[in-house]
Amino acid sequence: MNRIDVKFNKLRTEGKKGIIVYVTAGDPDLETTEELVCRLAESGAAMVELGVPFSDPVADGPVIQAAAGRALKNGVTLKDVLELTSRLRSRLDIPLLVMTYYNPVYSFGLESFVHTASKSGLDGVIVPDLPLEESEALSEMLQKWGLHLIQLLAPTSSPGRIKAAVKNAGGFIYCVSVSGVTGARTDLPASGYELLTRVRSETDLPLALGFGISRPEQVSSLGDEADAVIIGSAIVRLVEEGGCRDEILKRVASYLKKFN
Amino acid sequence: MSSLPDQKGYFGSYGGRYVPETLMTALLELEQDYIECREDPDFARELHYYLQQYCGRPTPLYYAERLTEILGGAKIYLKREDLNHTGAHKINNTLGQVLLARRMGKKRIIAETGAGQHGVATASVATMFGLQCDIYMGEEDMQRQELNVFRMNLLGARVIPVTSGSKTLKDATNEALRDWVTNVNDTHYIIGSVVGPHPYPVMVRDFQRVIGEETRDQFRQVEGGLPDYLVACVGGGSNAAGFFHPFVEDETVKLIGVEAAGKGLDTGFHAASLSGGRPGVLHGNLSYLLQDQAGQVTVAHSISAGLDYPGVGPEHAYLKDICRASYAAVTDRDALRAFTLLAECEGIIPALESAHALAYLEQLIPTISTDKKVIVCLSGRGDKDVASASKALEEAGL
Repeated sequence: MNRIDVKFNKLRTEGKKGIIVYVTAGDPDLETTEELVCRLAESGAAMVELGVPFSDPVADGPVIQAAAGRALKNGVTLKDVLELTSRLRSRLDIPLLVMTYYNPVYSFGLESFVHTASKSGLDGVIVPDLPLEESEALSEMLQKWGLHLIQLLAPTSSPGRIKAAVKNAGGFIYCVSVSGVTGARTDLPASGYELLTRVRSETDLPLALGFGISRPEQVSSLGDEADAVIIGSAIVRLVEEGGCRDEILKRVASYLKKFN
Repeated sequence: MSSLPDQKGYFGSYGGRYVPETLMTALLELEQDYIECREDPDFARELHYYLQQYCGRPTPLYYAERLTEILGGAKIYLKREDLNHTGAHKINNTLGQVLLARRMGKKRIIAETGAGQHGVATASVATMFGLQCDIYMGEEDMQRQELNVFRMNLLGARVIPVTSGSKTLKDATNEALRDWVTNVNDTHYIIGSVVGPHPYPVMVRDFQRVIGEETRDQFRQVEGGLPDYLVACVGGGSNAAGFFHPFVEDETVKLIGVEAAGKGLDTGFHAASLSGGRPGVLHGNLSYLLQDQAGQVTVAHSISAGLDYPGVGPEHAYLKDICRASYAAVTDRDALRAFTLLAECEGIIPALESAHALAYLEQLIPTISTDKKVIVCLSGRGDKDVASASKALEEAGL
C-alpha cells in the first residue's frame, strides 16, 4: 500500500490533522535539505514535498521563486531530487512527494521519470501546471508503479471539474485555498473553506489545504473537512534566513512544533 | 488542416493547456466566448469597423522596386503592417481581444510586452474603451525600449517592471500569468502572440489572419494568382501565423519563418526555438523550446526585444514538423544590415524584428528564379529601435 494512503488512514484513526511540509530541494544545498527533511519528520511532519526548482515557476510567489533561483544556481535538477529521495528513503518511513513543474518531467521522459521515481521510494507527484486534461498519461504510468499523481483543485474549479478530478485522483486532493500564487497570508479567505466543503461533498479521499498557510491558528480554525494542511513558503522563508545548518534545522523544527 | 487545433487545443502533438487549475475554468470560458464571437456577425462588424477606422486597415501591399533591384532577382512586395496605428501588427490581436473582454464583462486588462509594441497596442485600445490596463515588462526591455514605456504611460497604462529571471519577455509573461491567477475573476489577460495555453494560439492567429487575407486579395489584384514565397519573422510567431494561415492549403506557396539567430546559432546566444530548441512546456503550451539538459528554460538572446523569447507558437512547431513551412534564422548583424538597407533604399525604417525577415532575402533571392514573387511581412516600424540600433550599428562597425 502506498505510504500516503497508510498515513492518512492512521491520521483519521487518531483523529488528527496532518502537516505536510514543502521544502525547495537544494536550498541552500542538497545536504541541508536532506538533514532538514529528517528533522521535519522527527518534528511531526506527516509527509514532505520536495520542491524541484524550475526556471519559470508561474504558480509560485516571491519566496519560493527566490528559493528556486538559489537551488538552480547550485545546479539542482530533477535527477538530483530523485537521488535525494533515495537517500531519504533509506533513513525515513514518512511519505515523500516531489512537487515539480511539468517541463523537467517531460524533458526527463515520462517513463524514465516514473521508473526512477518508483525505484527511489517516492510516493507521490504534484505537478502544478498539469491540469486534469493533460495528466492522463503521467497519472496512469504512476499508478502502475503504485505512485499517486496528486490532483489540485482551486476555488475557481467548477462542480463538473471537481467531480472529474476526484474520480481520477489518488492519495489526497490538494485544495488550493485562494486564487493566487504560493505565499504566506495572514488570513485564510473564505474561498478555502468553501472549496473544502464542495470537494468533501464529492469524495471521501483525504483533502489537504495549501497556499497561504503559515500559522497554527489558521489550522485550528479549519473545520473537519481538511485532513491535512500544507505549509510551504513559511518554511522556505525560515530556511532563507540562513545561518549554519544546525541553526536552520532548529529554527524550522521549533516552528513546526507549534503546529502539533 | 483547417480543423486544427483539436478540442484540447493541439496542433498535431503541440499546444494544449499546461496551466494551474485556478486558470482552467477561465480558459474554458474564454474558449466558449471566443467561439461565440467568432460566429457572431455583430462581433465581426464591430471588429471590422475598428480595424478600418481606428487601425487604418487595410494596410498596403507595397512593391519594393528599389529593394528588388538591389537584390537583383525575384520581385519583392512588402505587406505594410508597420502602417497600422501604434506601428505594428500587434493591434490586430489587441483590438479583437479587447472587444472580446468587453463582451465577457472584464474590467481590467493585463498584458506582457517585450519590445513594447504589444504593450502600446494594448494600452491604446484599453484606454479607448475605458478599461484599466497593467503591462508587465522586463526591466532590461524597459531600458532597451524607453520610448515605448513613455508611450504606455501616456496612454494611461501602468507599466510594471519585472526584475525576476532574465528580465525580458519570458519573465514578463511569468509575472502576467501570476497576476492572472490572482485576479482571474475581473481581469482578461491579452497574450500578445500565438503562444500560451489554448485557446490563445488559435485565437491570436485568427485575429492576425487579416494580414494574410488582405495580402491574398491585394496580390491577386496586382499580379494575379498566388505569390511564390511568404517570409515573416518569428519570435512567438503571431505576424507569421496570421500571414501564413490563409495560404496554408495552397501548397505552391512556400512559407518561410525567420527566427533570431542572435550572435549565431552555435554560440548559444540566440532566440531560435525551432532551429535550436527541442519540444518542451512553457507558458501553458507544448512546443519547441530553448532549454538545458534538465529541462530548465534557457535565456534567449536577440538584438530585437520582440523576438527575445525562448518559446514559439505550437502551430509553427506543427507546420515545421509536417514540412508545410520552413524556418531559417538570421543573426543580429544580418538584421542590422537589412534594417539599414531598407531605410536607405525604400525610405522605410523597419522594426528590428521585421528586419530579420528582410535579412533572409539576401539568402533567398540568389537561389530562386527572377520571375518569382516574394512577399515579406513588414510587421512593424522601426522608430522604437533607432536608439538601440544606432548603438548596435556602431558596435558592429556597420
